[in-house]
Amino acid sequence: MTAIILFAPLVGAIICGLFWRMIGERAGMITATGLLFLACFLSWIVFFTVGEPQSITLLRWIDSGSLVADWAIRLDRLTAIMLVVVTTVSAFVHLYSFGYMDHDINFPEGEPYKARFFAFLSLFSFAMLALVTADNLVQMFFGWEGVGLASYLLIGFYYRKESAGEAAMKAFIVNRVGDFGFALGIAGLFFMVDSVQLNDVFAAAPTLAESTVSFLWRDWNAANLLAFLLFVGAMGKSAQFFLHTWLPDAMEGPTPVSALIHAATMVTAGVFLVCRMSPLMEYAADTRTFIVYIGAITAFFAATIGLVQNDIKRVIAYSTCSQLGYMFVAAGVGMYSAAMFHLLTHAFFKAMLFLGAGSVIHGMHHEQDMRNYGGLKAKLPVTYWIMMIGTLAITGVGIPLTGIGFAGFISKDAIIESAWAGGTTASSFGFWMLVIAAAFTSFYSWRLMFMTFYGKPKGDHHTHEHAHESPRVMLIPLVALAFGAAFSGMIWHGSFFGHTEQVARFFEIPLAAEATAETNGAVATEEHAEAATEGHGADAGAQHEAFGGAPGQGAIFFGPDNHVLTNAHEAPVWVKVSPFIAMLLGFGLSWLFYVRSPQLPAQLAKNQPVLYRFLLNKWYFDEIYDAIFVRPVRALGRLLWKRGDVSIIDGGINGLAMGIIPYFTRLAGRAQSGYIFHYAAAMVVGIVVLVTWMSIVGN
Amino acid sequence: MTSADLATILPEIFLAVYAMVALLVAVYTGKDRVASLLSWISAAVLIAVAIWISVSGDLTRVAFGGMFVDDGFARFAKVTVLFAAAIVLILSEGFFSRRGSLIFEYPILVVLSVIGMMMMISAGDVIALYMGLELQSLALYVVASIRRDSVRSTEAGLKYFILGALSSGLLLYGASLTYGYAGTTLFSGIYAAATDGHVGIGLLLGLTFMLAGMAFKVSAVPFHMWTPDVYEGAPTPVTAFFATAPKMAAMAMIARALYDAFGAAVADWQQILALLAVLSMYLGALAGIGQRDIKRLMAYSSITHMGFALMGLAAGTERGVQAMLIYMAIYVTMNIGTFAFILSMERDGQHVTRIDGLNMLSKREPVKAMAMLVLLFSLAGVPPLVGFFGKFAVLTAALDAGLVWLAVLGAIASVIAAFYYLRIVYYMYFGSDEGPAIDGSMSVVQVTVLVGAAALMVLGVVNLFGLDGMAASAAASLVN
Repeated sequence: MTAIILFAPLVGAIICGLFWRMIGERAGMITATGLLFLACFLSWIVFFTVGEPQSITLLRWIDSGSLVADWAIRLDRLTAIMLVVVTTVSAFVHLYSFGYMDHDINFPEGEPYKARFFAFLSLFSFAMLALVTADNLVQMFFGWEGVGLASYLLIGFYYRKESAGEAAMKAFIVNRVGDFGFALGIAGLFFMVDSVQLNDVFAAAPTLAESTVSFLWRDWNAANLLAFLLFVGAMGKSAQFFLHTWLPDAMEGPTPVSALIHAATMVTAGVFLVCRMSPLMEYAADTRTFIVYIGAITAFFAATIGLVQNDIKRVIAYSTCSQLGYMFVAAGVGMYSAAMFHLLTHAFFKAMLFLGAGSVIHGMHHEQDMRNYGGLKAKLPVTYWIMMIGTLAITGVGIPLTGIGFAGFISKDAIIESAWAGGTTASSFGFWMLVIAAAFTSFYSWRLMFMTFYGKPKGDHHTHEHAHESPRVMLIPLVALAFGAAFSGMIWHGSFFGHTEQVARFFEIPLAAEATAETNGAVATEEHAEAATEGHGADAGAQHEAFGGAPGQGAIFFGPDNHVLTNAHEAPVWVKVSPFIAMLLGFGLSWLFYVRSPQLPAQLAKNQPVLYRFLLNKWYFDEIYDAIFVRPVRALGRLLWKRGDVSIIDGGINGLAMGIIPYFTRLAGRAQSGYIFHYAAAMVVGIVVLVTWMSIVGN
Repeated sequence: MTSADLATILPEIFLAVYAMVALLVAVYTGKDRVASLLSWISAAVLIAVAIWISVSGDLTRVAFGGMFVDDGFARFAKVTVLFAAAIVLILSEGFFSRRGSLIFEYPILVVLSVIGMMMMISAGDVIALYMGLELQSLALYVVASIRRDSVRSTEAGLKYFILGALSSGLLLYGASLTYGYAGTTLFSGIYAAATDGHVGIGLLLGLTFMLAGMAFKVSAVPFHMWTPDVYEGAPTPVTAFFATAPKMAAMAMIARALYDAFGAAVADWQQILALLAVLSMYLGALAGIGQRDIKRLMAYSSITHMGFALMGLAAGTERGVQAMLIYMAIYVTMNIGTFAFILSMERDGQHVTRIDGLNMLSKREPVKAMAMLVLLFSLAGVPPLVGFFGKFAVLTAALDAGLVWLAVLGAIASVIAAFYYLRIVYYMYFGSDEGPAIDGSMSVVQVTVLVGAAALMVLGVVNLFGLDGMAASAAASLVN
């Protein structure tokens, strides 16, 4: 069944991409979409039936020396979650694209492009599924690069637009940096463990923590170094601080692409990688500290930029970047399940926000600047309600201390509580950053809502007159995702962030008590169980157990000293309500700025020009990178091209071929005088030289 | 002189008797009127002898106390020589008959020179070597000037004769030095005189002089000066002959002399051969660029190719000999095909050899142009044609022998030499429509040989028709 899930999108991509001329464009699109819905349906079955982690080998892929990699599917809870996320969002994005990609103004009349688009989408889905089902690192790298390729193809889908081509290249090149780290990490693991199988790597994690490896100029702790290298890959793919610059530009792609790849699935691959490698991460405390810092900074910094952006897609893009930071903080403090929880809910509401934005853009004739929106509530009623649900979800609206609320409320609170419970300097830094970022998130999300749907119509009134609600084929996916955005948090709260016991059951992690009985080696003690007191919500008072088991035994692994989950549940009330208060603050400010007195933002921008420009220009990251990396590299390339290639190599060869060789040719021609005594003389000279040579060298 | 001795040299005796009988019969019957028939019969006899030799087992037989050696190496070289001579003879017959200038001495002289070549190849003694060499050379001097009414042909013959005499002098001087220091003319004796690992200066000088004399025959630089003039001046069929069979024979002779007589001085003659190889490759490549006459061009081309063959020998290993044999067999095949085309070049009934006559040949004669393109690419050593594998073999041999610098220089030279082959291709396919273009038609024989050679260049890439293995066993029989 998992094999069908994995390969159905590939089959769809091949049929739609290569054979649409035979079966027709529309038939190709329907085939691709149908196959994805099939994969989606099967994924949900898998999600509800998945049991013990297992590995399904399909074929032997690489067998060279001790490097053995099968094409295999590792099926456990983590995989199942990702399967559901990927196939669900992908299937709905396929469906949505029927409407959105109809009559695209970027292509001239009569040029077929839809089949290509659907083929790329399906190809992406296949690569993403290959990534999440991998049971060894090489296969994961295959998927990793495959999604990179599909992302490149889809960002640059409007290939006539120069900015789209540049954005595609930027995404690809920035990702190279991360992928280099990932590849080094895989090579390093193979070097240390002599295997790329996840199970072998997990089993070796405790050993790695005690070995050192020499890299660059000094020796490092192996587990920390390798985890760090893998995280560099995750940073690139998930657009974390320093490697985030490609994500906003990736919005040049069609909006369904942004929803699928740059919000719900591909960018979360980094989070998935960190969670997948949890057995290694648990033994790499320093790297996890680093992850917390990077995640917290990303969450904060992307949110600040989101405050002032005017392009509707860019606001959501920075929001994505910021939310990914949240997930990394959770993973960094050791609450992998909370990270996965937010990944799941975020996939729903962010895909929905993007698709909703796409609906607005579609209705407004491809106008993306929010300053030209306003008052669209009446024109786009369904879209308005969808966006409203999305905004309620992302800002975290719910009833504090009850566990009732939109998806984002529950998963975000889980992360913030985990950060508080981390108990280290890094995690308290993360906690405060995330709370502040939550206020910002609320502000820019509501700002988006107010600028788009409230107030008076601004910009070209002609466009506003013709603004129209999107067709049903686009609205159905929105409604379906809205359910996820509204309820997914409440439904799975217990499984991801409930009692230890619940979480352990969900992720198939053996409990310490059982593990002690089985292996007699787990470290968890009775104290921990007793120390754990009140849980969260209704199940208060239940007896807590600690996580146990060996690395790799469950879908995720919690080290014996990892009590973040229990501690998080003991968090004081002020911690639990802090994100809610931050949300209210952001909402209030936003309402003040954009509904009550809309002249305020302009005044503030005028009063604080430096800060405003700093944020508007995205902390000047593009400019700094341009100065540090792009220009020197381009100058070097120019040097090698003009001086090295054209002058030295071409010049040398041409000079040799057109200057020196003809000289010798003329010389040889002149020696061939036709006089027999010249010829005889040459022979005599030759023999004299040879005899002399032999007399000197011969003896 | 036992019957075993005679049995060993039976092919040579048979050819010699045939040549004399044919001469007498022709003189007393129709003279030039039977020349055409005689050419065909001679070619048939040569091919018959080639087949005879090639099926005569794989034993090593020594006759006349070691003066004559019949081994796998000799048979490989002889079969190549005989086939080359036979095909060139058939091509010559067509060329001369068409112009009414075929004389009956020509086929007989070719047969006589072939006997000389077979003697050279099998010589196990300095005297036997010289005898074969002179028999071959005298016949070649005459065929070079066979058009007595043509000044250029006569000049070519004379130049070749005088310079050939000089080279014979060098060879003989070297032979006498060798005899003086070794006390014998037998190769095995010379080898024995130097087996304690030390070759005296007298023997070395003898080696040097002999090598210089023999290098003249393969037109290795600086003993090459006669080649362009003789190639250009001699009638084209004679040029074709010069470029093929004698080169193979002389190469084989050098190899045998070096291994059988001077096998103990590999390090010494390796230096000489490497020097000759580099000079030949570069002079042939550089000077060929300036040529507008295709016969002169082929002269420089053959100088370059001899440089490559010598590179194989310079390796001083069994692998090197094998590479040289492969290279020479491929070279002879390519050259026969190319000359079949050159023989057909004519305008208004006159034989022309300027390469600008080939302008836009591809439009008028697509098949001929394509066959020629294949042959020229093969001569240039462009993969995947067979010519590439010849070069590959010698370069590998040089590399394996540690002569990296020689291999690198050879690779560069082959790039330079590619220029003039590609220029002909350029003329044929992208040249201008103006200027004097050739308009002659080809005879069936010429087309067969041209297209056949081109087909071999393409089809041979599969396994070189087993040439690799044959050359390997031939080389093994010489080196061990």
